[in-house]
Amino acid sequence: MKRKTFLKGLMGAATLAALPLTAMAQEAIKIGEINHYKRMAAFAEPYRKGIELALEQVNEAGGVMGRPVEFIFRDDQGEPGEAVKIAEELMTRDGAVMLTGAILSNVGLALSSMAAQKGYVYLASEPLADSLVWESGNAYTFRLRSSTYMQAAMLAEQAAKTDAVKYALIAPNYAYGKDAVAAFKENLQRLKPDVEFVAEQWPALFKIDAGAEVQALERAKPDAIYNVTFGPDLAKFVREGTDRGLFDGREVFGLLSGEPEYLDPLGDEAPEGWVVTGYPWYDLKDGPGGEFVAAYQERWDDYPRLGSIVGYMTAQSIFAALEKAGSTDSEAIREAFSGLQLDTPVGQITYRAIDHQSTMGAYVGKTTLRDGKGVMTDWEYKDGANYLPSDEEVSKLRPAD
Amino acid sequence: MGLFIAQLLTGLANAGALFMVASGLSLIFGVTRIVNFAHGSFYMLGAYIGYTLMQVLPGAVGFWGAILLAGIAVGVIGMLVEILVLRPIYRAPELFQLVATFGVILVVQDLALMVWGPDDLLGPRAPGLRGVVRIMGEPIPKYDIALLVITPFVALALWYLITKTRVGILVRAATQDREMVGALGVNQAWLFTGVFALGCALAGLGGALQLPKGGADLLMDFNILTAVFVVVVIGGMGSLPGAYLAAVIISVLNVFGVTYLPQSTLVLMFVVMVLVLMVRPYGLFGREEVAGEHGQVGEPERPIKPAGLQVRLLVAAGVAALAALPLFGSNFTQVLATDILIFCLFAASLHFLLGLGGMVSFGHAAYFGGGAYVAALLVTHADTPMELAFLLAPIGAGMAAIIIGWICLRLTGVYFAMLTLAFAQLLWSLVFQWGEVTGGDDGLLSIWPAPWLSGTTAYYYFALVLSVGGILFLRHVAHSPFGYALRAARDSERQAEATGIDTRRVRMFAFAFAGMMAGLAGGLFVFSKGSIFPNELEITRSFDALIVVFLGGVKTLSGGIVGGAFFKGVEDMLTRYEYWRLAMGLLIIFVVIVAPDGIVGTLRKLAERAGLLRRAEDET
Amino acid sequence: MSVVLETRGLTKAFGGLVAVNDVSFKLQKGELLALIGPNGAGKSTCFNMLMGQLKPTGGRVFLMGEDITGKSPRDIWRRGVGRTFQITATYASMTVIENVQMALLSHNRQVFRALPFAHRMHRARALELLGMVGMEAQAERHCAVLAYGDLKRLELAIALAHEPTLLLMDEPTAGMAPRERIALMQLTADIVRDQGVSVLFTEHDMDVVFAHAHRIMVLNRGELIADGSVDQIRNDPRVQEVYLGGGTVFKSEDEAADA
Repeated sequence: MKRKTFLKGLMGAATLAALPLTAMAQEAIKIGEINHYKRMAAFAEPYRKGIELALEQVNEAGGVMGRPVEFIFRDDQGEPGEAVKIAEELMTRDGAVMLTGAILSNVGLALSSMAAQKGYVYLASEPLADSLVWESGNAYTFRLRSSTYMQAAMLAEQAAKTDAVKYALIAPNYAYGKDAVAAFKENLQRLKPDVEFVAEQWPALFKIDAGAEVQALERAKPDAIYNVTFGPDLAKFVREGTDRGLFDGREVFGLLSGEPEYLDPLGDEAPEGWVVTGYPWYDLKDGPGGEFVAAYQERWDDYPRLGSIVGYMTAQSIFAALEKAGSTDSEAIREAFSGLQLDTPVGQITYRAIDHQSTMGAYVGKTTLRDGKGVMTDWEYKDGANYLPSDEEVSKLRPAD
Repeated sequence: MGLFIAQLLTGLANAGALFMVASGLSLIFGVTRIVNFAHGSFYMLGAYIGYTLMQVLPGAVGFWGAILLAGIAVGVIGMLVEILVLRPIYRAPELFQLVATFGVILVVQDLALMVWGPDDLLGPRAPGLRGVVRIMGEPIPKYDIALLVITPFVALALWYLITKTRVGILVRAATQDREMVGALGVNQAWLFTGVFALGCALAGLGGALQLPKGGADLLMDFNILTAVFVVVVIGGMGSLPGAYLAAVIISVLNVFGVTYLPQSTLVLMFVVMVLVLMVRPYGLFGREEVAGEHGQVGEPERPIKPAGLQVRLLVAAGVAALAALPLFGSNFTQVLATDILIFCLFAASLHFLLGLGGMVSFGHAAYFGGGAYVAALLVTHADTPMELAFLLAPIGAGMAAIIIGWICLRLTGVYFAMLTLAFAQLLWSLVFQWGEVTGGDDGLLSIWPAPWLSGTTAYYYFALVLSVGGILFLRHVAHSPFGYALRAARDSERQAEATGIDTRRVRMFAFAFAGMMAGLAGGLFVFSKGSIFPNELEITRSFDALIVVFLGGVKTLSGGIVGGAFFKGVEDMLTRYEYWRLAMGLLIIFVVIVAPDGIVGTLRKLAERAGLLRRAEDET
Repeated sequence: MSVVLETRGLTKAFGGLVAVNDVSFKLQKGELLALIGPNGAGKSTCFNMLMGQLKPTGGRVFLMGEDITGKSPRDIWRRGVGRTFQITATYASMTVIENVQMALLSHNRQVFRALPFAHRMHRARALELLGMVGMEAQAERHCAVLAYGDLKRLELAIALAHEPTLLLMDEPTAGMAPRERIALMQLTADIVRDQGVSVLFTEHDMDVVFAHAHRIMVLNRGELIADGSVDQIRNDPRVQEVYLGGGTVFKSEDEAADA
C-alpha cells in the first residue's frame, strides 16, 4: 500500500538522480568510486582531486582504448553496509566496469568481500589493513597504497639503527593501531633482538586523553617512542608531549606523521626530529614526482596531499590495467591487474601476482620546521617491494585463491 | 606521590570542558525535558567560532574575549534553534524533539564543513600560558592550571544563578514541575528558550575553552556526545552538582585508567555508569522521575483494531507488488528494497518496544548487530551452515535482550534509555576490542548465504518473506492478549498490577521479543552484505532506528515501517548530492515541524479532516 | 455468616512514626463496611497493607482464613480480592470493553498468549460485567474520552472481572458530583446484594457512609477508636470529638485527598 507507491516514487526519483551522472559521453568507460567524502572530507577531497587530474589528462590524450573514462563518485557515509549497497548499484545499474575507493579499512574489507563474491574487480586505493591482501585476501581485490606492515617495517628499520633499547608505544585502540604495533614490534625485534617494549598505550580513536597518555608514557621512562596516533589525536598528543617534555632527548618514530594531512594542521607546533613516513611534495621538483606536483598545483591552485598522489596513482593504475586487458570484462581486468607494472610519479610499481599488493613505497625522513611549518628533511623514497615478507610467508598468510 | 598529584590535576583539568558541556545538557533536560542530541554540535560550533575569533582578536584580552564571545554566539544560535525548531513541537509526544535535534546535527555538520573547510584546526595557545609549571617535579601545563581555576568559577557562577536569582528559582521550579511554573504566570516559552540558550552557551564555552588543548575538527560533535551523556546520567539528569561531580569522577578515573589499564579506554566510563546506576538508579544526585516519561504525554493514543478487509486487501496488494518487483525492477532495485525491508523490520521491532511498551531503548542496535554477529561468528568459527546460523541469529539476540532487559528494566524513562545505551556500548566495545574472535573493527568477512540464496533475486525473496512476515507478526502480537497486556502496563501500571498482570515480566518478554526481531533483521543484514563490522552495534545505528520510529509516528501501529522506508529511501536519494547532510537535516526538521504526530499520525489526522477517514469520536 | 477478611494487630511504622497501630477487625460475607477517619488517620496505609502495596511491620491479615500477610498485590488479587482506586486507573489507549477484557484475560491466565486476537476473547462476559455497572452502551467508546463518573463505573466493572469475594474501594466517590455519588454507591450496594461480594471502603463523605454502609469503623491516629452500626457511630461521642476536633462536620462536601 503506502510502501508500494512509495517505492515506485523512489525508483523514479532515483533514476532521475542518476541521470546527470550518466548523461556524459556515450561510450565512456565507467569506474565506480566509493568514499567517505563527508565523514573524512580532509582526506577524501585531495584524493578526489588527484583522480580528476589523472582523468583529465587521460581523456585529453584520447582516453583508454580510444574511449573516454569516467569516474562515478559516491559517498558511503563511512558505513560498510552502505558501501556494499552502492557498489551493487554502480556495477549493476550505472554500468561501472570495476570498483575503487575507501579510506577506512572496514569499508575496504567489506567491498573486498563483496567483490570476491560477485566477481567484481576492486582496487583498494587507500585502506591500510594488512589483512586486505593477506588473511582476507581474494582473487578480485588489489591494493595500491603501501600497507601498515610496509610502512611500519620502514620505521622499524630506522629504529634499529639507533641506540634506543626501551620502547614505548602509543596507538589508537582499533585494528589499524594494533596492526601497526604488531608489525613494528615484529620487524624491530627481528632486526634488533635486544629491544624491550616498556609501555603500550591505547587511547580510543579521536578521544585521546593526551595529558594522561603523556604521563603514562613518561612514567615508563623509554628511550624511544613509536607513535601511531593521527589526526586530532596526534595534535593533542604532540601538544601535551611537547609541553611536558616527553619528547626531549628521545627518539620518536611516527607512522604517517609526515603526511601533509597530519603534519600541516600542527603548524609551527609540528614536532622536530621525529622519524616519520610521509609525503615531502615541497621538495619534489624534478622527474615524474615533480611534474605531478606542478600539474596538481596548476590545476587546483592547492598543494598535493598524500591522498592526492594516491588518487592520481589509483586512476593511473586503472587506466593501465584497462589498457593491458584490452577489454572491460571483469575477468580480463582482474588478470591484467595481476603482475601489472606501470610508471607513476613515485617510480615504477608492480601489482604483485602473489598477493595483489602494489609495491608503492613511502617517503621516510625526519621532521623539522621550515617557515613555520613542519616538513620532512633527509627523506628518502623507500620502494615498498623491499619491505614485504618473503613469498613463502605471504603464501602462508593468504588463503589459496 | 608527585605523579599521583600530577595525574589528579590532569583529571581535574580535563573535567573542565566536560563539565561545561554536560551541565548545559543537564540543565536543558531538567527544564525542557529535551534530550538534546545536538549538544555535541554546539560544542563543536563553540570550538570553531572561538578559533575564528582568536584569529581576529589580538592578545590575552582577545583570547579570553574570544572564548566568552564564542559562548555567547553559540548561545544565540541555540536560541534561534529553540525558537525556530523546537518551540513549534513542544506539544508533540515526549522525546519527539530528539528527532529535531538529530536534524540539527546534520545541518551543523555540513555548515561547519562549508564555513571552516575539511582540515583539522589546531587550537591557538593561550597567551602567556604556554609551557609548564613543575609541581613536585612533575610538569603540569600552565593552561591546565588555568582550567583548574576557571571550572569551579563557572560552576559557582552557575550555582549562584540557579540558587540565588529569581530566574534560577524559576528554573528550579520548572525542573520539578513544569505546569506549575506555567500556572504561576511565567512565560514558559521564554523560560525554555532562555534555558536552552544558556545550555548551548555552556557547550560553546566548553568547546572554546578546550581549544588550547586540542582544536576544532568535524568529528568532535559525536566524539564528545557519549561522554557527556554518561556524565549527565551518572550525576543525575537535571542536577548541576551531579554533573560537576560526575565530570570529575569520569575524568580522574580515566587518567588512572589510561596509566594502569591502557586497554580500558573504550569501556571505562560505561562500566562506571552501569555500576552507578545499579546502586543509585537515578544517578548520584538525581530524583526519581515522575510519570509521563514513556513517550506518552499529550494526546492519548487511539485504540487499535486489527486491519479490516479493505486494509488487508491493500496490504496484500502491496506485498504482491513487492513480490513482483524482480519482474520490472533492476538488480539494484532489489538490493535497495532488501536494505529497506531489513531496516523496516529493525525499526518495527523498536517501535514495538517504544510504541506499545513505552520503553525507550537507546541501544536497540545491540540486538540488530548482536544477531548479525551471532550468525557471523558461527559461520566464521564453527563453519555453521548458513541456514542454521541464520536461525540462531534471532535466538542469540533474544538471549542478549533477556540479560540486558533483566538489568535495565529496574529503571524507567530516560534512565532506562541511558542504561540500554550503556549496555549497547559495552557490547560494542567487547566486539571492537576482542579482535581475535570478532575481528575487531576489521570485522568478519565472507558471510554469504547458502548457494540456493546467493542470487540477488533469491535473497530478495528470502528477505521479503522474513521481513514482511516479521513485521506482520509484530503487528499481530500487538493485537494479541500479550500486546494488550504490554499496552496495559504502559497505560496504567497500577491497574495492571492490581489485576494480576506481572508487568515486569510482560516488559521482559516484550524486550526479548523485540530483541529477537531486531536479531532477525541483523541476520538478514549480515548475509545480504557478506560482512559485519562493529558499526552495526554503534550508537548511530540505535539512533537511526529511534529517529525513524518517531518520524513515522510513535502512536501509530505502522509508524516504524513508514518512517524506516521514508528515511532509507530519502537517504539513498540524497547521498548522491554533495551537501546531502544539510538537505537531510533540513528535511527532517521540516517533517518534524509539519508533522508533529509523525508521518503516519499526521496523515491520519489530515485524512480525517478531509473526511477520508472516520474521525475518532469526540477527541479534543 | 462467614468471615471474609480479618486483621489481627495490624501495625505499620515508618521509622519512628506509627501510622497504623494494632488494628484488628473482621469483615463478614456480604457486608458493606466503611473505614472512616480524619486526614492522616492511617486509612490509606491500612488499605495499602490489605492490598499488598505495603508490608506491615506487625500483625497479620487473613483472607477466608488464609494468612495473606505480605503477599504481593498480584497474589492477593488472584485470591479473589478486587480493588478500585482513589484516582482512577484505566487503560487510556483502549476501548471500554477492552479494559474489562484485559482483566478477564489476566483472570484466565491468558496474558502471555501471543497468537489469538484479544478483542475477540471474553466479549460476552465483558459485556455482562459492563451491564452490571450500566456501561454496556458505551462498550466501544475510547476510554480516554469518558466522563469521570463513567470511568469510576468502568473501574468497578474491571474490579468485578474475576468474581471477587472481597472488594476494596479507596474513596470510591472522590471527585464526583453528589448525584453520581449516590448512583455509584447504590450500584455498589446492589452488587453486594446480588453477587454476595463483601466490600470494604474508605470514604470522606459522611452522607454516603451513613446512607449505604452496613457497619462503620473509625480510625484516628492509626488506632481503631470505634466499630459499630451506623447509629452507634453517629452517636459515639469519641467519634464526634475526633471529627469536630478535626474541624470537620459530618455533612462535609468533597474533601482533599487523604494524605
